[in-house]
Amino acid sequence: MIVRRAWPARPTFDAPWPDFDQLRRDLLRTFDVFAGDREQRTSPSGVFPPINVTHDADRFYVRAELPGVVASELSIRALQNRLSISGKREIPKEHERVSYHRKERPEGTFNRTLTLPMPIDADRIDARYADGILTLTLPKAEEAKPRQIAVKT
Amino acid sequence: MSNESRTDMQRVEQTLTSVPEQTRPGPVYMPAVDIFETDGAITVLADMPGVKPDQLEIDLRENVLTITARVTAAPANETDVLREYDAGTFFRRFTLAETIDQAKIDAKLADGVLRLELPKLERAKPRQITVRTG
Repeated sequence: MIVRRAWPARPTFDAPWPDFDQLRRDLLRTFDVFAGDREQRTSPSGVFPPINVTHDADRFYVRAELPGVVASELSIRALQNRLSISGKREIPKEHERVSYHRKERPEGTFNRTLTLPMPIDADRIDARYADGILTLTLPKAEEAKPRQIAVKT
Repeated sequence: MSNESRTDMQRVEQTLTSVPEQTRPGPVYMPAVDIFETDGAITVLADMPGVKPDQLEIDLRENVLTITARVTAAPANETDVLREYDAGTFFRRFTLAETIDQAKIDAKLADGVLRLELPKLERAKPRQITVRTG
């Protein structure tokens, strides 16, 4: 399961006083609850990749966090108001004589399907991959756009 | 103070100061890392999607390696439909056991993955000792 983890957490190789550390984290979490302004926004189910969807008058923007993925390994499909992103993330093998201290970065295949609030123009979708973020620009379908109606007097 | 308890104190201090002190509001994330070691170097790979090279800071002093990166938010003229990740700061700090040749550190950032090569100092590299008879 792939989840992005938020601080506070233990950053060093050694873990002194684990109970104390746990207590400190619990306390901080309690304060967060009282503060109220920090919503838990990271996807709680641990789906991969995390996706943000925004829109303006003409387009939807779908952004997915996909660090270290080869663009040719990504497959994007769209039909009416449904969009699916699937692909594979592979971590290249390092040369033979290495010993690992940490191995946290996930690899494997993923597949996510989103249903957008209105139909999109599947022929004019634009996909870009930069700095580990996949950005899809999806124009809203012409028939789904709101129309301005002039009131006659 | 005994030697042992002093080490404990240092450790505690490190734990307490290891959470970043924020100068800007926003969440702080812990990037997933792979760390491996060969005879000659330690390599750190960190997932930091959305980070551009000029937003990344790497700091190594007294064997403490700190990686900080800031991610800028999406344009403000868009309305949220679904939000699963936020702009914020990536932060992670490690204590390195080996002696690193600071002059030869190499950092590469490609497709949101940082690759940090930390070559060991000549004297810290393991040596094969041949045993002579006689």
